[in-house]
Amino acid sequence: MRQIAAEDISKAIAELCIEANYGLAPDMCSALDKAAEQESSPLGRKVLGQLQENLRIAGEEDIPICQDTGMAVVFAEVGQEVHIDGGWIEDAVNEGVRRGYVDGCLRKSVVGDPLERVNTGDNTPAMIHYSIVPGDKIKLTVAPKGFGSENMSRVFMLKPADGVEGVKEAVLKAVREAGPNACPPMVVGVGIGGTFEKCALLAKKALLREAGSRSELPHIAALEEELLKEVNEIGLGPAGLGGSTTAFALNILTLPTHIAGLPVAVNICCHVNRHASRVL
Amino acid sequence: MNEYHLTSPINDEDLRLLKAGDSVYLTGTVYVARDAAHKRMIETLARGEALPFDIKGQTIYYMGPSPAREGRVIGSAGPTTAGRMDKYTPQLLDLGLKVMIGKGRRSDAVHESMKKNGAVYLAAIGGAGALLSKAITASEVIAYDDLGTEAIRRIEVKDFPAIVVIDITGRDLYQEV
Repeated sequence: MRQIAAEDISKAIAELCIEANYGLAPDMCSALDKAAEQESSPLGRKVLGQLQENLRIAGEEDIPICQDTGMAVVFAEVGQEVHIDGGWIEDAVNEGVRRGYVDGCLRKSVVGDPLERVNTGDNTPAMIHYSIVPGDKIKLTVAPKGFGSENMSRVFMLKPADGVEGVKEAVLKAVREAGPNACPPMVVGVGIGGTFEKCALLAKKALLREAGSRSELPHIAALEEELLKEVNEIGLGPAGLGGSTTAFALNILTLPTHIAGLPVAVNICCHVNRHASRVL
Repeated sequence: MNEYHLTSPINDEDLRLLKAGDSVYLTGTVYVARDAAHKRMIETLARGEALPFDIKGQTIYYMGPSPAREGRVIGSAGPTTAGRMDKYTPQLLDLGLKVMIGKGRRSDAVHESMKKNGAVYLAAIGGAGALLSKAITASEVIAYDDLGTEAIRRIEVKDFPAIVVIDITGRDLYQEV
């Protein structure tokens, strides 16, 4: 068994929270630059120019890209040959979130009870998704998620007879309804298959895939391309003020499902699609 | 689509100039409030008490900033989704609120109340919180400090960029897209 100290997990999580909120990964930056060149609407080009300027200011002056520094969504892929030393992994992750959000001047956006709604003051708890994987390492991914776009995300429990046309309609409906509320240009994460809850998780994971990459499954890669084109033809545009750039990317992940079902989840993310990873 | 540099609070004459699609650069005083502050303001009114500031003729920016670093005025400071305030908005418009800054669609009830009260709705660019923070020159919590980022703030802005989405005639730029 390889030993990994709980403190090392906390330290990594704190750094990843800060890293993700102050700068975007190269794939998102190049998607923005490309859109700024290709956008058809003058107002849309102006908005995209402001978003480029915003990223520059965030990086140079240490200001979070967006004031909604999100709920900390954490993916922990834990090698089954790892022993965590000095505490429970969940406490270690939350300690990391606490440090990252306090030390990194990030906004505390979490309420402890969904109905009583008192702010926890340190952005904990994180929303943690664990998976047990082969090997002796831990891969941690922090994906801070803003709620302007999270609120516009949807799960559709379609019938098998709805088929691929039903899937397309569901995705386009979610994007249309999200409209200007979700801070377009968006990244659209789509999950197809599994069960109700697995499908939603797939959609969230789809947001982590590199913008501009394609599914390894040929029929899904083709569907991604077709849907991205149709999403952009809606004409919502940057900030929802009209234009040819409604989404930077549309990523689909799939799972086997039941003979009676065709679950589809659409997790909408704004143009600030943040994630940072580290392997311990 | 015109471009205007206006003083905030915007006077009635200037409000009449603004048409959906125009660009506005605001300089002056703006109040900041979002979900929890709105809920508390409405509860305050229900008890027959006064709001923590005189809302007549004023501007509310729907925003909850990230914390300011030492020596800075404010942290990241972009707009939040306005639709979540729709439930509370007509009552504030009836009390004289004239300008709202946020992002995203408004309800039919808010549209009607805006038309009745001669108010406008401006959009700031969502997700441009670092850029927009540069247009804020002062910030002070004036009420509900316990709400953290959701406290009511009075801020001073200089050339704060926004776009007119709903004008006083009820024209809505989002509906024309």
